[in-house]
Amino acid sequence: MLKNTQLTPEALRDTQAYRELGLSADEYHLITDQVLKRLPNYTEIGLFSGMWSEHCSYKNSKPVLKKFWTEGEQVLAGPGEGAGIIDIGDGQAVVFKAESHNHPSAVEPYEGAATGVGGIIRDIFSMGAKPVALLDSLRFGEPQDTQTTYLISQVVAGIGGYGNCIGIPTIGGDMAFDACYQKNPLVNAMCVGLLEHQDMQKGQATGVGNAIIYVGAKTGRDGINGASFASAEFNDAKATQRSAVQVGDPFMEKLLMDACLEVIHDHRDILVGIQDMGAAGLVSSSAEMASKAGSGMKLNLDLVPQREKEMTAFELMLSESQERMLLCVKDGAEKEVHAVFKKYGLDSVVIGEVTPGHQYQLFHHGVLEADVPVDALATQAPVYQREARRPQRLDEQVQTQFEPELANVSATLKQLLQQPTIASKRSLFETYDSQVQTNTVVQPGSDAGVIRIRQTDKALAMTTDVNGRYLYLNPRMGGEMAVAEAARNIVASGGQPLGITDCLNFGNPEKPEQFYDLDEAAQGISRACQRLNTPVISGNVSLNNESNGEAIYPTPMIGMVGLIKHLRDVTTQDFKQASDAVYVLGTTAADFNGSELQKMLTGQVSGELFDFDLTAEAENQRILLQAIQAGLVASAHDVSEGGLITTIAESCFGRGIGVNLTSQLPAVQFFAETQSRFVVSVSMANKDAFEALIKNQGTYLGMTTATDQIWVQTADQFFDVPVSEAKELWEGALPCLLKQRA
Amino acid sequence: MKVAIPVFPGSNCDEDLYHALWDILQITADLLPVTVTNLSQYDAVILPGGFSYGDYLRSGAIARFTPIMAAVKDFASTGKPVVGICNGFQILTEAGLLPGALRANQSSRFICQNSELQVTNNQTIFSTAYQPQEHIKLPIAHGEGNYYCDLTTLAELRAQKQIVFEYVDNPNGSVGNIAGIVNRRGNVLGMMPHPERAVEVLLGGTDGLGVFTSLLANNQREDVHA
Repeated sequence: MLKNTQLTPEALRDTQAYRELGLSADEYHLITDQVLKRLPNYTEIGLFSGMWSEHCSYKNSKPVLKKFWTEGEQVLAGPGEGAGIIDIGDGQAVVFKAESHNHPSAVEPYEGAATGVGGIIRDIFSMGAKPVALLDSLRFGEPQDTQTTYLISQVVAGIGGYGNCIGIPTIGGDMAFDACYQKNPLVNAMCVGLLEHQDMQKGQATGVGNAIIYVGAKTGRDGINGASFASAEFNDAKATQRSAVQVGDPFMEKLLMDACLEVIHDHRDILVGIQDMGAAGLVSSSAEMASKAGSGMKLNLDLVPQREKEMTAFELMLSESQERMLLCVKDGAEKEVHAVFKKYGLDSVVIGEVTPGHQYQLFHHGVLEADVPVDALATQAPVYQREARRPQRLDEQVQTQFEPELANVSATLKQLLQQPTIASKRSLFETYDSQVQTNTVVQPGSDAGVIRIRQTDKALAMTTDVNGRYLYLNPRMGGEMAVAEAARNIVASGGQPLGITDCLNFGNPEKPEQFYDLDEAAQGISRACQRLNTPVISGNVSLNNESNGEAIYPTPMIGMVGLIKHLRDVTTQDFKQASDAVYVLGTTAADFNGSELQKMLTGQVSGELFDFDLTAEAENQRILLQAIQAGLVASAHDVSEGGLITTIAESCFGRGIGVNLTSQLPAVQFFAETQSRFVVSVSMANKDAFEALIKNQGTYLGMTTATDQIWVQTADQFFDVPVSEAKELWEGALPCLLKQRA
Repeated sequence: MKVAIPVFPGSNCDEDLYHALWDILQITADLLPVTVTNLSQYDAVILPGGFSYGDYLRSGAIARFTPIMAAVKDFASTGKPVVGICNGFQILTEAGLLPGALRANQSSRFICQNSELQVTNNQTIFSTAYQPQEHIKLPIAHGEGNYYCDLTTLAELRAQKQIVFEYVDNPNGSVGNIAGIVNRRGNVLGMMPHPERAVEVLLGGTDGLGVFTSLLANNQREDVHA
């Protein structure tokens, strides 16, 4: 790439070297013929390649993202800023966003995952919020080959390495395994922050003459043009693209975070805007800040703190070195900012200023290296309305539900509990510090992680969810289900869902079948969000998740945050004591296509997805939250992968409590994955009140017991499993597959 | 009682400790930068957990060279109480205020869990609030909590009753199941578990309170100072 920087504008045109940077011929001609009306030099082309990448411009996904429901009176800032903001009363707000780091994690899993975490944290504190929790949604291939187990251990170590060191608790997430993710793992990190309204920041550079200050780590040659790398499809030939992966330093970020928050809190009057240098580094942060404010900007690149020698303008602008931020500060107040950063031992350097007009000008070694309209970079990337075509796989589906036959139900249950997607993830999440900041009320392993808000009686519940198998079978309904399950997790924890962020992990949008999945999923997500009153407030798009032409399952990760109004409402999934009544809220049907049981028994995920009713979903959630807020519920657990019996078993595991249940359902339906259900336990004292509340929306199943047995009498057979044995299998499966040392 | 909490660049449990002391125990505490060189106005020093200087080189290895650590050494030499929690323990061993070293966990992975401990010596100024041999649960969260010392030192630690806390199920490979020790004089405690994380029922338990209430009670009884 370096040698290309010598290319003249004419040679750039003639050799079409811009293609290597991810720009198409049409895009190049748009720049030459309409935007600049001249030939751009290599640096300028670099700027466009970064800013017009999918990662920065959403050029392929914009028409889809427009369909999202983003309304709601609680929304203080929606998509478009660094992260979305939702009001939670008392002058406070919650800020959250998720981001994918799939491609970097595939080639360099430790650093890829670590810098994914680092990047999303910067997005949160750049809004003025204190980061209070992290979550991670991960997808891997079957953990049976050494490459996959290596990826898992390194990604998990990278997440922990960053979050543990910076001191933000990792309190939740989700993890699933399917062969489609083998060469294209998904690493989505979510960060949640707490904001006082008065601290709310914007990434803007207003006021001619105001200073542009670069703070944090020095710029090196790492992650150069990572944004367009991340936006490209993967193949084996490219698999060694390590130079496009950044290296993280959580210690540096801890200092940077503390310093930035100090400026935000204590120097409010002089801070005009602040933004993270994320994808496409310096160019995207500076151009976006200027464009958003309707300003021009000029930067002197000689002043940029540099880690390596003889860096070119191209490299300086497109490096994705980590732990850097850009500030716009009132003219004359620069020293005040420098003093804060000096205290933390960090670089703080004025590298430019806000200018009149709308040009974006870069000077390097006294030469004007780039001179382009700032909006052309930040807002005028072409938008593509891609063609959508219903994939053949959906037309070829069997329309009937898979009909499992179970000779030995307890053996099936034991086997199911050891499937990697179902099995306990404790051995992995135990490597994350989930308690630092001492606010964690519910640690990883329940439906949602919960942190209390100091000096209030409130708490925040948060979760990530999506079942790609459901979307593979029906992208629209699968999208609805992803939102619904996230909301069930929040409600089961005692929270009112507030809103969502997402990472839309899909295949190549230029393939009509892949674009169809994206478009359908977005519509499903939007519909469910509107019905459940959880607007989309932020998110990220990761397309081209393909390797050697094979796409992953459509996997739009949903990150949801809910408000628990009173700490007494915090509810966990564990059965609390013997002699509590056990119920299932919602109805159960023979829904097996896309289920864990289908995959386990047939090795496949196939057939038409079972039905889903958003109205029943909302109603069951409403009833459960009402029951929790009335103080009637001892435990609540969302029914998801593995069905009713898996949910019940997990509720038994926490405190080693047994159950004695009787049901009119056939045994096999205890494995069905019908949506909109919860397993709830209620003390005898509250039984009548609970039944009066739920009326016919739930079914009484039996009692918790002081035995070590899960006893179930179904319509057609009896089965039983010792709780301790089942728990051991469930907890031991992943460590065994990953060959972890104790 | 007035407690000094040195905050090293990279410390991340300093505020948790501060909240535990002020909000739960109503103990006066100050967060101090590493440039502070005089601690004479304080009754106790508690080094917080975290990743001082990013744990670069070796956990605690850089923090020991800060000006405030010279002050902590002086402070300890007067017999006043010094506690190091997690990274604080690592710093104390690096600074030579406690014997031994903390190595990477045997599993080579970071571990965050609730750990069962036995109070092996409840006669130190940090543990009188506990019953003899009492079993308590405290959170651990570390990648390098595997305590090591040679056999002679271990024998000495045992003979001098310097082992304050032992793990019931050794999670990290520590020699002698050691979770926390005091120096020979009995006024410097290092422990890997986090007592400041176990001071509220809401967050899972209050077994950590004893470390602070012991300190508080014994601060008013100068005679207990060893």
